[in-house]
Amino acid sequence: MRNCLAVFLGSLLFLWSSLSLAKEPYRIGALFSVTGPTSFIGDPEKKTLEMLVEEINRAGGINGHPVEAIIYDTQGEETLAVQKFMRLVTQDRVLAVIGPSRTGTSLAVAPLAERFRVPLISCAAGIKIVEPVRPYVFKVAQSDRLAVKKIYAYLKTQGLTRVGILTVSNGFGQSGRQELKRLAPQYGITLVADELYGPKDTDMKPQLIRIRKAGAQAVICWGTNPGPAIVARNMRELGMTQKLIMSHGVASRRFIELAGKAAEGIILPAGKLIVAHELPDSDPQKPLLLSYIKRYKARYGVEPSSFGGHAYDAFLLLKEALAKAGADRKALRDALESLKGIKGIHGIFNLSPQDHNGLSEREAFVLVEIRGGDFHLLKE
Amino acid sequence: MILELLFSGLVNGAIYALVALGFMIIYSATGVINFAQGEFVMLGAMLTAWLSGRGWPLAAVLPLALTGATLVGVLTERLTIRPAREASPLTLIIITIGVSILLKGVSMFLWGKEPLPVSPFLSGPPFTFFKAALPRQGLLVLSSSTLAFAAVAVFFRYTLWGKAMRACAYNRFGARILGINLSGLTCLSFALSAALSGLAGIVIAPLTFATYDMGTMLGLKGFSAAVFGGLGSAGGALLGGFTLGVLEALAAGYISSAYKDALAFVLLLAVLFVRPEGLFSPERVEKL
Repeated sequence: MRNCLAVFLGSLLFLWSSLSLAKEPYRIGALFSVTGPTSFIGDPEKKTLEMLVEEINRAGGINGHPVEAIIYDTQGEETLAVQKFMRLVTQDRVLAVIGPSRTGTSLAVAPLAERFRVPLISCAAGIKIVEPVRPYVFKVAQSDRLAVKKIYAYLKTQGLTRVGILTVSNGFGQSGRQELKRLAPQYGITLVADELYGPKDTDMKPQLIRIRKAGAQAVICWGTNPGPAIVARNMRELGMTQKLIMSHGVASRRFIELAGKAAEGIILPAGKLIVAHELPDSDPQKPLLLSYIKRYKARYGVEPSSFGGHAYDAFLLLKEALAKAGADRKALRDALESLKGIKGIHGIFNLSPQDHNGLSEREAFVLVEIRGGDFHLLKE
Repeated sequence: MILELLFSGLVNGAIYALVALGFMIIYSATGVINFAQGEFVMLGAMLTAWLSGRGWPLAAVLPLALTGATLVGVLTERLTIRPAREASPLTLIIITIGVSILLKGVSMFLWGKEPLPVSPFLSGPPFTFFKAALPRQGLLVLSSSTLAFAAVAVFFRYTLWGKAMRACAYNRFGARILGINLSGLTCLSFALSAALSGLAGIVIAPLTFATYDMGTMLGLKGFSAAVFGGLGSAGGALLGGFTLGVLEALAAGYISSAYKDALAFVLLLAVLFVRPEGLFSPERVEKL
C-alpha cells in the first residue's frame, strides 16, 4: 500500500515537472464566417488554420511555445463579429486576431482592434480596411485594385480600349466598379458602357445588348456566382463575340460547371493557387503552393480554395512576427509592420508603415484563361 | 435592338405569367394569396438540376420534377391550409409565408447554398429573326408556357372540374349549396398552380441555374404581374406577366439597368393608383 502511494505521488510529480517544462502557449484568436451565406469563404479558412496550428505544434511550436488558436464563427454578421472579438480580447486574452472573412465584418471590428491595441490580420479584400492605415490593422487578401490593374494592363497589350463594364449591385461589385472607373484613364481605356445587375437577376441580356450597341470591344463583368455565369451564357445566346473578362470573384471550378461551354475563352485574374501546377519552376511561390495543396488534400480530401490561402498567409505573417517579438502585442504589431519578403500563398508580402497589405499586382494575381473546361495560365 | 429586347422580355414575361396564373388560380378558388408560389418555381428548378445532375435522361427528369412540385403543392394544401380552413384569409396568407420559409430552408438543407448547373435542353446556336437572336431555350420557354396556357383555358372551359372552379370563384357559398366539393377543389387549385410554377422553374433552370432562394424574387414579380393584370382573370395574369417582362427589358435597354427593377414596380404602383382592380380585370361576373 505504501509502495503504491509512493509510485502514484512520484508519477504525479513527474507529470507536473514535465508540464512546467513546456513553455506557456501563444494564444491567438480567429474570426471566420464558418456558417451563413459566406460559409464558402470562412469554412476553408477555419480548416486551413486548424491544419497549420496542428502542424506547428507537432514541430515544436514557435520558439518552443505551442500555439493555441481560438476560432469563433461570425456567420458573416457584423454584430456577431464585434461580440466575438470582444470575447477574444477580454476573456480569452489572445495576442492577436486573424480574420474576419468579409470586408463588412472586418471594418466593423477594425476600430476595436485600435482601441484595445490588438493586432488584427483581416482575410477580406476591401481596400478600405487598410486605407487609410490604422496602426493595428493588417490584411492579407489581394485588393480589387490589383485585379483591375492586371486586367487593364492586359487589355492595353491587346489593343482593346473601348470597354463595357457590367457590375453586380452589391458591396463586391460596387467596389470593383469604383476601381474600374477610377483606373481606366491611367491605362488609356474608355468605358463606353457602365451597366449594373441585381445579385438575384436571372437575365442580363438587355444590359449586354446596350453594351454591344455602345461599340465595346471587350466586356468586364464583376460579380460572384451565379450572375457571371448567366452573363457568359447570355452573351453566347446573343451571339456576341466580344472578349469577356471576369473578376477574381469567380475563380473557382464551380463557375466553369455553371457556365458550361459558355465559359470557354473567358479571361480572369486569379490567385496563383488554381494554376499552381502550370507555374514556371522559377516562380518563388511554387513550392509553397504545391505543398499547401498536397497537405490540405491529404487532410480534408478536397482541393483548397483561394480563401483558405488567405488564412494561410495571415498565419504565416503572425508566425514570423511571434518568432521575432514574442508575447507582447505592441512588439508584435511593430514586428508585423517590418516584415519583408515573406513568400505566401497569394504573393510576397512587403509590409511597411504606409502599406499594411504589402502585395504588388506582379505576384498577387496571374491572368488565367478558361480552356477545355479548366483554368490555364495565360502567358504574358 | 428593340426586337432582341422584346425577345428577352417575352421569355421573362412568360415565366412571370405562369407564376401569376398560379397566384390567380389559388386566389380564385380560396381567396388566399399563396406567398409560397415562388418556392414551387424553385422546387421545379431544383429537382431538374438535381435529377439531371445524377445523369438521368431528360425524358425521366422533366415529368419527375413536375410531379414533385405538384406533390409539394398538394401537401402544402393538405397539411397547412386545410387544417386551418376556418381561419381568416389573412391567417392563411401568413401560413403560406411560413410554408415559403420552410421550403426554402429544406431545400437549402438538401441541396446546399451553391447554385446548381443545368445544361440546356436543346443545344445549338440561337435562331435569328431579322438579325435578332432568339436562344433555343428561350423559344422552349415561350412554347411550353403557351401550351400550358392553352391547356388551362381548355380545362376551365370544357371540363366539369374547370366549370366548378369558375362557379366557386364566382360565388363560393352558392357553389357549396349546389353540391360542389369545395375541399377537393381547393386541393386541385393548389396542385394546378404548383404544377404551373413548377413548369416555369423547369424551363428556366438552364437559363438561370437553380438556387434555394431563387423563388423569392420570381414570386414577387409573379405576384406583381397578377395584381397588375387583376387578380381575378387568367387573361389578366397572362397580359400582366408579359407586360412586366417587356417593360423590364425595355427599361434596362433604353433607360438604365440601375433602375430596372424599380421602374417595373413604380409602373405597377402607378397603374394601381389609377385602376386599383388591375389593368385588365374584367367584370366580376367573368372571373376565370
